[in-house]
Amino acid sequence: MWGSMFRWLDPYAKPETLYHLCGRLLPYLMALAVFTLLLGNIWGLAFSPADYQQGDSYRIIYIHVPSAIWSMGAYSSMAIAAFIGLVWQIRVAQWAVLAIAPIGAIYTAIALITGAAWGKPMWGTWWVWDARLTSELVLLFLYLGVIALAGAFSEAARGIKVASLLAIVGVVNLPIIHFSVEWWNTLHQGATITKFAKPSIDPSMLWPLLISLLGFALLLAALTCLRLRSQILMFEQHRPWVRQLVDSMAASRQKEQN
Amino acid sequence: MAFTSWADFWAMGGYALFVWLSFGTTYGLLLGLWWYSKQQHKNIQQQIRAKAAREQRVRQHQEREK
Repeated sequence: MWGSMFRWLDPYAKPETLYHLCGRLLPYLMALAVFTLLLGNIWGLAFSPADYQQGDSYRIIYIHVPSAIWSMGAYSSMAIAAFIGLVWQIRVAQWAVLAIAPIGAIYTAIALITGAAWGKPMWGTWWVWDARLTSELVLLFLYLGVIALAGAFSEAARGIKVASLLAIVGVVNLPIIHFSVEWWNTLHQGATITKFAKPSIDPSMLWPLLISLLGFALLLAALTCLRLRSQILMFEQHRPWVRQLVDSMAASRQKEQN
Repeated sequence: MAFTSWADFWAMGGYALFVWLSFGTTYGLLLGLWWYSKQQHKNIQQQIRAKAAREQRVRQHQEREK
């Protein structure tokens, strides 16, 4: 059943097809990402009303919440890719792990830094060792661990396997991050939108937040496309199709110069 | 518009340091990652091209030796 269900995905497991698909998608994804990110952020920064308790400091929400949510979204995608790469030995899935990890690490760093910059004026401290903040910091270390392990072996294929294993094991941290604000007493407030209830935020603030959320998602997709293309080229560099591609690029470049 | 003037906007109701620190580092990191990934892609292409060119030179040399 599983075989036939995912048969339509087969062509995309072929590195050459995926390389060209990513190349076609990249400009659209990037343009959409920049547009939605700027729309959501400028709306949130300049046009949304100030918060009745937190004043204008709350505007950090428009980057803090999207980066935090997608730091976990990126991790899930990376772990799924790692699982597919390990179990079915799909090489493009293994390379996707390497493509996503740095993006997730940057998103996590953004969530932590903006959280600190929001915590200082609201809680009176840049950092506390409470459950939400600590588990998000663990997420950053998981990303860095995956990146470090992938590069730690002289044989690249083995590095990817060990890194994938860490990525899969690290998934246990995701529910800990999400439910940390319910399971433990913490300074961090509860969920605003990621819950099965009406969002506890006014529509005038919710809309720019949702658009920013979409912007971070599109940027994640665009950067994944860009980075996956590099990984495919690197691991496929001895294949004829890459040689042809590079040759034709060199030829078109020469034509431009003449 | 939630602010009455540009000065008002930049002041962020007294939270300028925290708000602009957040947005500054966010866009700095994102642009940095984008630039780094772009550069990496270019470098890999260059490496492959250099390797292919070298192999071709070696091949030409070997043919001349014959």
